[in-house]
Amino acid sequence: MQDPTKQSDSDLGRVEIKETTCYMCACRCGIRVTLRDGEVRHIEGNPNHPLNKGVICAKGSSGIMKQYSPARLTKPLLRKPGAERGDSDFEEISWEKAFDLIEERLGKIRADDPKRFALFTGRDQMQALTGLFAKQFGTPNYAAHGGFCSVNMAAGLIYTIGGSFWEFGGPDLERSKLFIMIGTAEDHHSNPMKIALADFKRRGGRFISINPIRTGYSAIADEWVPIKPGTDGALLLAIIRELIQQGLYDREFLIKYTNSAELVVDDPERDDHGLFRRFETHVEEGCFDPENKLWWDRELDREISTHTPGTDPRLLGSFTLEDGTKVKPAFQLLKERVEEYTVEWAEDITGIPAETIKRLAHEMGVVARDQKIELPIQWTDSWGNDHESVTGNPVSFHAMRGLAAHSNGFQAIRSLGILMTILGTVDRPGGFRHKAPFPRPIPPCPKPPNSPEGVQPNTPLDGMPLGWPSKPDDLFVDEQGEAVRIDKAFSWEYPLSVHGLMHNVITNAWRGDPYPIDTLLLFMANMAWNSSMNTENVRDMLKDKDDNGEYKIPFIIVADAFQSETVAFADLVLPDTTYLERHDAMSMLDRPISEFDGPVDSVRIPVMPPKGECKPFQEVLIELGSRLGLPAFVKQDGSRKFRDYPDFITNYESSPGSGIGFLAGWRGKGGEKFLKGEPNPRQWEMYQKNGCVYHHELPKSYQYMRNWNQGYLEWARAHGMTRYVEPITLHLYSEVLQRFRLAAQGKSSGKQPPERLRKRVISHFDPLPFYTAPLEHKLIDSRQYQISALTQRPMAMYHSWDSQNAWLRQIHTHNYLFVNPKLAEANGFGDGDWIWVESPTNKVRCMARLSEAVEPTTVWTWNAIGKAAGAWGLSEKANESQKGFLLNHLISEELPPCDAGEFMSNSDPVTGQAAWFDVRVKIYPAGEDEPKVTSPQFKVQKKVPGQDPQRGRWQAYFAGMFRRKHKLD
Amino acid sequence: MHPAFSVIFLTTLIGVGQGLFLALFTGQLYALANLLPAQTDLFYAQGSMIALMLLIGGLVASVFHLGRPERAWRAATQWRTSWLSREVIVLPAAMLFTAVYGLLHYFGWTQPLFVISQTLPVDATLIVGALGTLATFLLFLCTAMIYASLRFIKAWHSPLTVANFLFLGIASGFMLAAALSAYNSSSLVVFYGTWAVVATLLGAITRGASLYRNSDFRCKISMQSAIGVHHAKLHQKAQGFMGGAFNTREFFHGKSDALLQMLRYGFLLMVFILPVLLILLAYLLESSRLPIAAFLIQYAGLVIERYYFFTEAKHPQNLYYQSMA
Amino acid sequence: MTQLALVIDLNVCVGCHACVTSCKEWNTSGWAGPMTDQRPYGEDPTGTFFNRVQTYEAGVFPHTETYHFPKSCLHCEDPPCVPVCPTGASYKREDNGVVLVDYDKCIGCKYCSWACPYGAREIDEKQRVMKKCTLCIDRITDMSLPESERKPACVLACPTSARLFGDVHDSDSEVSVAIREQGGYALQPEWGTKPANHYLPRRKTRIQIHEDELVRADNPLKKEQLPSLPEGGETLDDVAW
Repeated sequence: MQDPTKQSDSDLGRVEIKETTCYMCACRCGIRVTLRDGEVRHIEGNPNHPLNKGVICAKGSSGIMKQYSPARLTKPLLRKPGAERGDSDFEEISWEKAFDLIEERLGKIRADDPKRFALFTGRDQMQALTGLFAKQFGTPNYAAHGGFCSVNMAAGLIYTIGGSFWEFGGPDLERSKLFIMIGTAEDHHSNPMKIALADFKRRGGRFISINPIRTGYSAIADEWVPIKPGTDGALLLAIIRELIQQGLYDREFLIKYTNSAELVVDDPERDDHGLFRRFETHVEEGCFDPENKLWWDRELDREISTHTPGTDPRLLGSFTLEDGTKVKPAFQLLKERVEEYTVEWAEDITGIPAETIKRLAHEMGVVARDQKIELPIQWTDSWGNDHESVTGNPVSFHAMRGLAAHSNGFQAIRSLGILMTILGTVDRPGGFRHKAPFPRPIPPCPKPPNSPEGVQPNTPLDGMPLGWPSKPDDLFVDEQGEAVRIDKAFSWEYPLSVHGLMHNVITNAWRGDPYPIDTLLLFMANMAWNSSMNTENVRDMLKDKDDNGEYKIPFIIVADAFQSETVAFADLVLPDTTYLERHDAMSMLDRPISEFDGPVDSVRIPVMPPKGECKPFQEVLIELGSRLGLPAFVKQDGSRKFRDYPDFITNYESSPGSGIGFLAGWRGKGGEKFLKGEPNPRQWEMYQKNGCVYHHELPKSYQYMRNWNQGYLEWARAHGMTRYVEPITLHLYSEVLQRFRLAAQGKSSGKQPPERLRKRVISHFDPLPFYTAPLEHKLIDSRQYQISALTQRPMAMYHSWDSQNAWLRQIHTHNYLFVNPKLAEANGFGDGDWIWVESPTNKVRCMARLSEAVEPTTVWTWNAIGKAAGAWGLSEKANESQKGFLLNHLISEELPPCDAGEFMSNSDPVTGQAAWFDVRVKIYPAGEDEPKVTSPQFKVQKKVPGQDPQRGRWQAYFAGMFRRKHKLD
Repeated sequence: MHPAFSVIFLTTLIGVGQGLFLALFTGQLYALANLLPAQTDLFYAQGSMIALMLLIGGLVASVFHLGRPERAWRAATQWRTSWLSREVIVLPAAMLFTAVYGLLHYFGWTQPLFVISQTLPVDATLIVGALGTLATFLLFLCTAMIYASLRFIKAWHSPLTVANFLFLGIASGFMLAAALSAYNSSSLVVFYGTWAVVATLLGAITRGASLYRNSDFRCKISMQSAIGVHHAKLHQKAQGFMGGAFNTREFFHGKSDALLQMLRYGFLLMVFILPVLLILLAYLLESSRLPIAAFLIQYAGLVIERYYFFTEAKHPQNLYYQSMA
Repeated sequence: MTQLALVIDLNVCVGCHACVTSCKEWNTSGWAGPMTDQRPYGEDPTGTFFNRVQTYEAGVFPHTETYHFPKSCLHCEDPPCVPVCPTGASYKREDNGVVLVDYDKCIGCKYCSWACPYGAREIDEKQRVMKKCTLCIDRITDMSLPESERKPACVLACPTSARLFGDVHDSDSEVSVAIREQGGYALQPEWGTKPANHYLPRRKTRIQIHEDELVRADNPLKKEQLPSLPEGGETLDDVAW
């Protein structure tokens, strides 16, 4: 062999280096792709990228195997005449024919009743475009996967602090001293989290993980606090109580920046009970908190308008206004609320010793109080007060689905927001910090249509498909108070379902409840497998026919890059590209990749041509929008407005001359403006030159306290990021929720819930956080089903995406159910045994792996390793289908019939968040004579035309020689 | 370790071949000392040819162990440090001496070249035989040291490994010599048979000792030391892959304890007890078939013994491959 | 003499497998490639990797610790795999101490793997030669790369920077300092193989809160206490003289 030190890798073949953005998960790191003779030689982290600073994860490093995956779809496919759905019997068609088909079908629907077209998308990063398409089409039946992902986390915190975790904000670990991670395995922004966590630990920060399972990040925690699933709210409330009891809260912060001191009417007889007492003044309409509320002045011992200079209000007490109205400060109400939530009470529920809970509270409170950070940064608050420094209480949190994916998750996450609030750690150094465009008003301004009239033939939707209701009249319901959307979002069933309820679309459409639809377009969503709950039955619904022999969901279009389980159920398949073959925009209009220090957005620019006839879904939407004559996509005369997607991104403006488009960087004719400015014809080029990323670093004085930072808010207004320069006061007390509750109590005019839902709304729309057991637990036989069953996403896999990846699938080839040895012993099985896991919905057979790193009333497995035989380009004997299993079969998408209705989604009653972590099971050994394969099994899914042939026994990837050697195109 | 049949046949076949050569030469020396009746040159030639065939058979078997046998010649270069390299040198040498020894006898080139002390006429066969004997012993040493030198594998890292290879090779070679004598109705059956029994008994002692030594086998290395986490209760959950790897294929035998016990009893019976009994019985019955049976049974037993030898070896790397998830 | 090595910090490794696939990705098309996979889309897929991440659990619930343990060739200073090689294919570089295999000389006898107590070597079942971690020899010595990138792929990829790379013979190098100051240890030191790679142990940060730290003079609750002067009733002022 040649001496390795005497040659350079770059001497071999024709080498090109291109930069773009990763898409192996939702993290969106900057990557540098080296090509050798047109094949991917190497994908590495872009060292100059603000997000990942050169690092890359297991998935990102395996992008090559996604690019050359045999699961890739390469041709538009039409279900063969006479072939049944699910049989994967397709014929190749041309794009022209595919477009004609869709155009004709959708054109008719749009002219007749646009809501019979439903567009739901999976883990895409282009909701700004898909949402725009739906709105322009005129259908409200649009959402991405947020409803079953983590909408509770978005809504719970945005309705409390005006921002949330992941892309919206996060823990400032650079300055934090104590970091508490709760209900998180790994997730969005995983590389930045890993980078920050390691630096935090190295600096000597203390890291506590609260989780039923100790894996991933939790492994390196200084302390692991195992908790029973679905009880996080109880823990957080007990901590809040302890902090208040000890006086370990940031009084100054609560008074100045939250509604803690604001006086709430406390008279159950009155119709405005539970609302803030307001004084008469002229208030401009807008989605912000007007400053017309009252404090109780300590010195004068009387009410006074909030933020009156020189006043010091009371946080506690009970007062009577001059006009005789009984009032209490919001903080007093919180104190009363948490009175019953003692640490002993929480111990019984959470399984965490009372002493531990108390200690956790003390650690948080004392670190926040005694290790204050003070940075010499001058800033001015919304009330005109100049501050010489920015201070912070260095306690930070991060939370994810462990809290969110429960039917009590919204209130648990509200509790977390309130805990962060009373510790005074919101948008301050060492605590939680926002990322642009957050903070946004509580709640943000966009609203869904508020009546069925919002949907009209051949007309764009009157409102946004997804929005942020702030009062009952914002709900999207009909005269009877029932849902207008197919997923029943923004109805009284799930009023604040700000991300929709994708998890109920198929069941509802199949049942025709509230109405049947005609065409369902699914993009990048594996609804026939791991993206659905109750998967086995959902697969049947997809192929179920009515009495006339017609499919109950008449037409299903699936756009995907890979042969997922869902492809088999499509009538029309549109082959998408991989991330290396497409343009993309990680837009400020959607979920950009901003940093704490300012807005960041990024793009993808193809590094190689599309395989076969793959076409980016963006181009499909632009084409369809143009063909259907949707106003945003055509000129006045109806002719096509945008050549293609890159042209659209360059030239689209939210309204003519608004200066707001998909990309924030290098706007203005010559690229001299940012965030707002006229289209720049060379914008893509400028992104490309800068590593496909735009990063605007704010002046230091705009980087903190942004909810109330006058300078920042004015800057944000000037650059079109917010509509108002008003302070965003933290909602320790949620008047928004109280408004819905008052409606349900019949105390307000305007929209009223149907009778069946009044009780549910009254109890769950509590303006103060409370704990209640998850809904499903109250409706099933809890003696029979006592064990919680969870899934976690492994760090080397992104959902179902990576089983097709020859390298990643060697790491997770199949999955086990992890069981605490005590629980296994009690149920009569041991390590490696085949067992049954049974819920009230279904049962699966799998193998057990004993683990001391799981709480003994919980079992868990890695998410979406199990596959249907034959799917994802794998052989029918692949471990994924024979030894791998899917927990989703056990989880019901609907609750057992209850007072609220016969067909209620198994979701949070506030947000519609799918409660897939609520599932309870029993476990028992499988019989000796049972086959040693997982159950259920499905008919082997056939390969589709255009997929690569079977690769054979050996695969030796060597860039520059691979495709030739394997005779791939 | 995963038993590799190529190596099992290599070591057992060359062991028999070496032993047979030693038997032939021992016979010649005894005859020289007039302790045994002299045999025909053809006897030695035939015997040497068989020994050579066995050595070649072993060599052929070894080729199946190599990924790249076409480069096997390179294996002779590192004799300074590698016992394997030394074996690669000594094996052909032993084969050469065996072949020459046989050819000398075949062509009857047995005229004394010189006489020592007026009593010991030295011919070419004696010189080549002596050199062959040296090579044979060296080969036993090299072969055994390939295993015995691996200090990480405690079951092998012992002088007993050398003794076992030596005695079992000699035993099987003498046993074959006895069988051949019996087949040829030669009078040497008793001589070879007796020495075969002696070597078998010596082998029984050393192999028994190594079995005993390995029975309470405890790896010097613990999982704690393997990963440097010193907690009394330490378990692996995931080994980093699930479809197997070289590490799980090469170093684990995957056989049940019951099977291993059966193999152990099987080879003890077949290598030691049955052949000795058959030889004794052969004396009593003056049977010409029983020594042949004794050899065949012993050789089959040796294959099992060598298989077991691999399963006995617990490689410390296995500490890293205990569980998957 | 220079001895290049990795120092792996178990204190921050979260077990993400970035080092595993970034290694595979770099090396499969590099000097040490290809790294063959067998049954890549079938039953029991398996293939050549130079680096793996394993998971261990210590203790009994709830006092459980989970360890992620990256494992690759340790580039021993006294590598037992080198002298046993009959062909000289297995060698240790004199200039930087990296242990390598020359595929052109390797006969695939696997003896080196038997001689390695760490299981650091894997045979490529297709090419039928022994393969192992090269510390990305074709990166770290490639002078056409900027210095910041002349590091093994796993080191560059690692999101928690749990992998340090440098010369353990240079007492002032980052790796030597880390080993010295953070309790760096070698695996299976009993054998005297003197692995060049070291591991840094888990470290814990704890907070001690004394009872008297809980309540401070400026406790905000004090601000909420209502002035509660008793009205009426006699005092000494009323009755004493």
